[in-house]
Amino acid sequence: MSNKILEVRGLSRIYGYGCPLCVASTGPENDTNICPHCSSVVALHDVSFDLFRGEILGIIGESGSGKSSTVKMLYFDDAPTQGKADFFDNGQRHELFQQNAAQQRRLRNKRFGMVYQNPHLGLNFQVSAGGNIAERLLMSDVAHYGEIRRRAQELLLRTEVLPERMDQNPKTFSGGMQQRVQIAKALATLPPLLFLDEVTTGLDLSVQAAILDLILEIQQELKTAMIVVTHDLGVIRLLAGRTLVMKYGRIIEAGLTDQILEDPQHAYTQRLVASNL
Amino acid sequence: MNMHYELPLEEAGYSFGFLDEYAKKEVRRTILKAICIPGYQTPYASREMPMGRGFGTGGLQVTLALIGPDDTLKVIDQGSDDSVNAVNLRQFVQLTCPGVEVTEKQEEATLIQSRHRIPEVALTEAQVLVLQVPYPDPLVVVEPSEARRKIMHAEADYSRLLVKLYEDIVHFDEITISHRYPTRINRHYVIDPSPIPRWDVPKLDQSPALILLGAGREKKIYAVPPYTVAEPLVFDDVPFRVEDFRDARGERRACARCGATDSFLDEYCDDTNAKIYQCSDSAYCGGQLVLQQRETTA
Repeated sequence: MSNKILEVRGLSRIYGYGCPLCVASTGPENDTNICPHCSSVVALHDVSFDLFRGEILGIIGESGSGKSSTVKMLYFDDAPTQGKADFFDNGQRHELFQQNAAQQRRLRNKRFGMVYQNPHLGLNFQVSAGGNIAERLLMSDVAHYGEIRRRAQELLLRTEVLPERMDQNPKTFSGGMQQRVQIAKALATLPPLLFLDEVTTGLDLSVQAAILDLILEIQQELKTAMIVVTHDLGVIRLLAGRTLVMKYGRIIEAGLTDQILEDPQHAYTQRLVASNL
Repeated sequence: MNMHYELPLEEAGYSFGFLDEYAKKEVRRTILKAICIPGYQTPYASREMPMGRGFGTGGLQVTLALIGPDDTLKVIDQGSDDSVNAVNLRQFVQLTCPGVEVTEKQEEATLIQSRHRIPEVALTEAQVLVLQVPYPDPLVVVEPSEARRKIMHAEADYSRLLVKLYEDIVHFDEITISHRYPTRINRHYVIDPSPIPRWDVPKLDQSPALILLGAGREKKIYAVPPYTVAEPLVFDDVPFRVEDFRDARGERRACARCGATDSFLDEYCDDTNAKIYQCSDSAYCGGQLVLQQRETTA
């Protein structure tokens, strides 16, 4: 059996009416992703990639390049206009976009995890940090109060949140700590696939380093496959084994991270790397 | 209202029970649908009634759609037959439904409309209980969008209600919901069982009587059909608990009037400003008194 976990083929998303000329008149070579004929936005076009068990895949690109959109589609926050994605789990193949809402919710709650840049998207600020983790466990049908408490304690301990803060509202936490709670929440069901959308953006450097360390440790420990979306080359260099470079909704370069950083082929990637080094 | 006006019988035969035929058809069809999908909040075209929304118009519409000249009606408000709401609703039914008997005795009634309580004595298969509901949706406390609430109901996704219970236990060591306790019907839909106290929630489970809940302002009717599973939402290791009415010494408080120790009690102040407790179900309390009198005379 192959240890492929995710196979994405031809993923496309057009916001707006769309016209036959949309695809041909947008993209990096046209230097836009807004169709000049019908002003639809081509957020994604023909995005294909594979992800293997326990691997970290980086997606890098500027704002509006479609990197977050890709992850949003896979986490069912949005639906693609075209394309398919297969998720392999325990020898079973799930066609992500063919499933009904209940099946999608099941996968989302039990088998996927998501960490957003903004903790307000991932956390419920009406309830305590422990309650946030409880929510995720309850969604996946754990209904034993003692068990929920124990697992929440373990997870917060693992993500280095002080145990005495478990019953406090995450509103009172620092940004870095909110991000740790979000990671703990995403990991609550031990999902085989985790999406990280700009997790360190907006945090100071020392906290960034600590969060990245934590992510690496978790990947080593749990063998979780991850898709890391970022515009920060440092994050990619530290975390990702393979990287996709995106611009105007297209993948313009893909390969091993070291290769891309040391020997970029596409002009945009070259500029990106040069500006950072 | 002219209290002395009586409908001529031939007219009463057609527009019996205040509602016109179309309204009755609408409500009856909705009731049937609600019974078919236990716990599902069935929307219906709630009619204007000659009283304000929030005074039991939902319950009254269900009652008027069901009632016939051979029915005997009992109306309860907070357990009592003599509260303002009960008296007015009873009078209204007497006025608009000639031939309908009204009673305060539970065993005589075929139709019982109630607000905030389920009677103390178990209901029978021959009876129908109609409850007045102010807020039909239990999810409204966690999700403001009705569209999303409907999806959550359809997928039986009540995790966020359980998170609320979790937070209660974390902060207060117990679940602090006193009434409107979310209850799962037939292992799928969770209902807001109208503001009945926790004491009454176990009476929903496997009830021999049909229980109908009508929300007039929110335009929803839902049902707990006879012999249907009704489980309050709980954690596996934190059992559901009803009010125990224990005093500081841990003894069960008794009703000051009839001495019952197995009923739901209301708290009052007597003339000396001391707290006393009395059965909330006045018909039950009266019945106990009659029984005691019979025993002493015998």
